[in-house]
Amino acid sequence: MTQGSEAAETLKRTPLYDLHVELGAKMVPFAGYEMPVQYPLGVLKEHLHTRSKAGLFDVSHMGQAFVQGPDHATTAAALEALVPGEIAKLGLGRQRYTMLLNATGGILDDLMVTRSVSEADDGRLMLVVNAACKDADYAHMNAHLDGNVTLEPVEDRALVALQGPTAAAVMAKWCPQAADMGFMTASSAEFDGIDCHISRSGYTGEDGYEISIAADKVEQLARTLLSHDDVEAIGLGARDSLRLEAGLCLYGHDIDETTSPVEADLVWSMSKRRREEGGFPGADRIQGELRDGPSRLRVGIKPDGRAPAREGAEIVDGDGKTIGSITSGGFGPSAEGPVAMGYVESVHATPGSQIGLMVRGEARPARVVELPFVPHRYYRKSK
Amino acid sequence: MAETKYMESHEYIRLDGDVGVVGISKYAQEQLGDVVFVELPETGKTVSKGDEAAVVESVKAASEVYAPVSGEIVEANSELEANPGLVNEDPEGKAWFMKIKLSDKGELDTLMDADAYDKFVEEQG
Repeated sequence: MTQGSEAAETLKRTPLYDLHVELGAKMVPFAGYEMPVQYPLGVLKEHLHTRSKAGLFDVSHMGQAFVQGPDHATTAAALEALVPGEIAKLGLGRQRYTMLLNATGGILDDLMVTRSVSEADDGRLMLVVNAACKDADYAHMNAHLDGNVTLEPVEDRALVALQGPTAAAVMAKWCPQAADMGFMTASSAEFDGIDCHISRSGYTGEDGYEISIAADKVEQLARTLLSHDDVEAIGLGARDSLRLEAGLCLYGHDIDETTSPVEADLVWSMSKRRREEGGFPGADRIQGELRDGPSRLRVGIKPDGRAPAREGAEIVDGDGKTIGSITSGGFGPSAEGPVAMGYVESVHATPGSQIGLMVRGEARPARVVELPFVPHRYYRKSK
Repeated sequence: MAETKYMESHEYIRLDGDVGVVGISKYAQEQLGDVVFVELPETGKTVSKGDEAAVVESVKAASEVYAPVSGEIVEANSELEANPGLVNEDPEGKAWFMKIKLSDKGELDTLMDADAYDKFVEEQG
């Protein structure tokens, strides 16, 4: 229970810092920022509230940046040289999840890429990257993006997420056009008269939005949203349990510079064209794994008993031989029990496989299960 | 009512005859947040003062519960396995973890009384 106060002077603050403190948040160091880990409601209730109504998350610590080129084809080609995702065919105002890869196909960071909403700005992609990786990501892109395509970090904007089954109804009160947006699309909009950039996406498995807005306007936006009876402020603690139940990767834990997108079970994020053509860093390894199968795979893991298995716990087979390790694990409030993700040797990756988790020196029975633990409830526009 | 004594690691013990009732303090449960899992010792097991005797887990992390005294575990509160949230509701009452038959009552003198513990907690900030 260390407070980390020795590092407090060097920690950065988001534009919502004062509001977090006013709301009674417990602030902790996270990725170089002082961030709210929980509010007085507590992690458990914050988690359940987000699944039943709507939760507001400050994610302003994440890196927002533009990749700018003369036209979409040029910008997309420059980014595709660094990521395995389909960027060329991304439509206007469409968003995609992908990852920056190193030369051996390991993951440097995972990120969201959004093509500009309007024709007038086309040739521009908006990126959202992890806070802990942003400096390294920017250096990497500056070094490797083609000459006529440039990276422009955005330093004067904040980012908040509104997530949960009533997020759309809440947003509609101040931003009617948000209700009609499809999942993984973006829009330029006014929220109660304030200019913002909205995408229908998130990190909880629920319907919801991420709202990019001028740093000096974000507190007004947050206070307006929090004035709605359905909305509670949600901290990093619940953000982590929500994304774990949704089977979503946390960078530095479930994916890192050693794991490939194939091992991480993120092949869905690559189009057929990209899988076949390659043209991204580490294509040899990744195409080899696609052809022959990876030696290990990220899987969902459900302990049979009540004891949570935490990150780092060894995974063993029936003979007690180590076959992998847990990369994220804890208690899932909506799953009403312990949940985990980890890597196992591919022969053990089939759902239903019986495995053991080493917790306090004892192999505890568990099973490999399909992800997610809680069904995704993303908004799908009817055709 | 018997005096309650505390460890610096936030366990309490309240003597009831030869047996000490052991749990975690109100302050400890506040720091942990929502308790979701408790692992209790087998009855009949002997522990030494400072041994890991039980485990308490919140949504975010696992913490050890140390034996405040040496002795034999004579009872564990199985109610906590079914309802771990009781630790948040009534830590120093219904949510006791275990009862230890003390092998050396003198060990109690090494623990803090309630006033000393309150002061200790205050200094923790």
